[in-house]
Amino acid sequence: MSAAPSQLENVSVEVRGLHKSFGSLHVLKGLSFNVKPGEIFVIMGPSGSGKSVLLRHIIGLEKPDEGEILIQGEPVNESGLRDKYRIAMVFQSAALLTSLTVGENVGLYLAEHRLKSPSEIAAIVSQKLEAVGLKGVENRAPAELSGGMQKRVAIARALVMEPQLFLFDEPTAELDPPMAVTIDEEILELKNRTHATSIIVTHDRPMALSLADRVAMIIEGQILFIGTPDEVRRHPDSRIQKFINAKPPVSKPRNMS
Amino acid sequence: MFQNIGEILVLFWRTFLALPLCWRQRQKISNQLFEIGNVSLLMVCILSLFIAGVTALQTGPVLVEHGLGSVLGGMIGLSMCKEFAPVMMAILIAGRIGSAMAAEIGAMRVYQEIDALRTMNIDPVTYLVLPRMVAIALALPALVMFSIPVGWFGGALVSAFNQRIAINFDSFFHSLRDEVDPADIFNGLFKSFIFALAIGIVSCHQGLNTRGGPRAIGRSVTKAVVNSIVMILILDYFLTRFLLVIPK
Repeated sequence: MSAAPSQLENVSVEVRGLHKSFGSLHVLKGLSFNVKPGEIFVIMGPSGSGKSVLLRHIIGLEKPDEGEILIQGEPVNESGLRDKYRIAMVFQSAALLTSLTVGENVGLYLAEHRLKSPSEIAAIVSQKLEAVGLKGVENRAPAELSGGMQKRVAIARALVMEPQLFLFDEPTAELDPPMAVTIDEEILELKNRTHATSIIVTHDRPMALSLADRVAMIIEGQILFIGTPDEVRRHPDSRIQKFINAKPPVSKPRNMS
Repeated sequence: MFQNIGEILVLFWRTFLALPLCWRQRQKISNQLFEIGNVSLLMVCILSLFIAGVTALQTGPVLVEHGLGSVLGGMIGLSMCKEFAPVMMAILIAGRIGSAMAAEIGAMRVYQEIDALRTMNIDPVTYLVLPRMVAIALALPALVMFSIPVGWFGGALVSAFNQRIAINFDSFFHSLRDEVDPADIFNGLFKSFIFALAIGIVSCHQGLNTRGGPRAIGRSVTKAVVNSIVMILILDYFLTRFLLVIPK
């Protein structure tokens, strides 16, 4: 296992001609884009458009059929890259280790890599849990927490890594609006404090349009558009406008018969 | 099938390379050891008593009828050391512990916990496979070591109290002492060590290769147990051949 990287710098991400198929299903169809160091890059798009698969490629959990992903100019699957750069990911399902307590989950990275003493780890764990609005839950099992609380624990676990590249898969899904705002603030605070590069996959339009430096719209495995939140709001493409401005049909409410 | 064998060998090699990290994983190894011992000890005791008892019951009357009652202790002693204890305990552990390993790792795979480990740059082989492999490789020979005398006692008990056999404890253990060498016990322990490695690696491999949902976990568990038992029986034949040709 590796030690901590010796120097912390912002990292860039470059995706070049990424293709991925699962059986006969062509999920990613030649995606290419750059994420600048320190940028908050939000990926939006309908369900099933390949956003989460893209994120899994960026962190090296999937191998592309074609194309490549470069972190700071180095291929993501190159051995030793993960020792060089701290990359954290918050999964949509939280993915907490159910055999560990909440505190052990949050402190796992530090404990396994022996970066801090047990007392220092305990202090950091409490601090990070408090930052996401969870105090005194260190000794509870993940199964005892609600879905939203588990997601916040997962964010705390990622925060502990002080990552240079932060990947979020639907970070505010299952959270109540005030807590979603807290998470937004935490992501912004992280950016201001560490200048970490963040890539966020989300359906949360307020979050995307308020946090993002740039937004990418993915539809059916292809990038439709990349631009600033203002450019997204003003974009003439009806598919983008439909996604951005989707509202429930108030004039035809369901279940009223 | 050949791809699976290749993957199992690669996993075994990676686990072997991770061995220097054992000390770091000592807490997990001791948890696994406790788990294996705690779950299995009573079953080992019951199984050993009754296997040896049934063997005595089946063979004792025939041997006594032919005037060969004096060899019964040696026969039970040898069969427990060299065959019954290592093979039956390995099958028991494949069913109880191998299945648990495949289920736990399989669930971690399905619910993205292993992906989460990898994002934290924590090697699943070091974190999950190594402690289980070390624990099972220590625990199975220890259980066999416990099983052998319990089996001897079971055989002696049946031999003494069954009217058609009626060989007392002294005669039984006298015959056993004459036939059983420490090398025979080592023979069984060596076999059980190899069986343990086979169960551990097959079960962990099945767990790590689980894809899909809860149904896939069930399939992995079944495959882990069945493949482990098949491996145990195949290995048993070749290990027996090998151990028969090396001098005591």
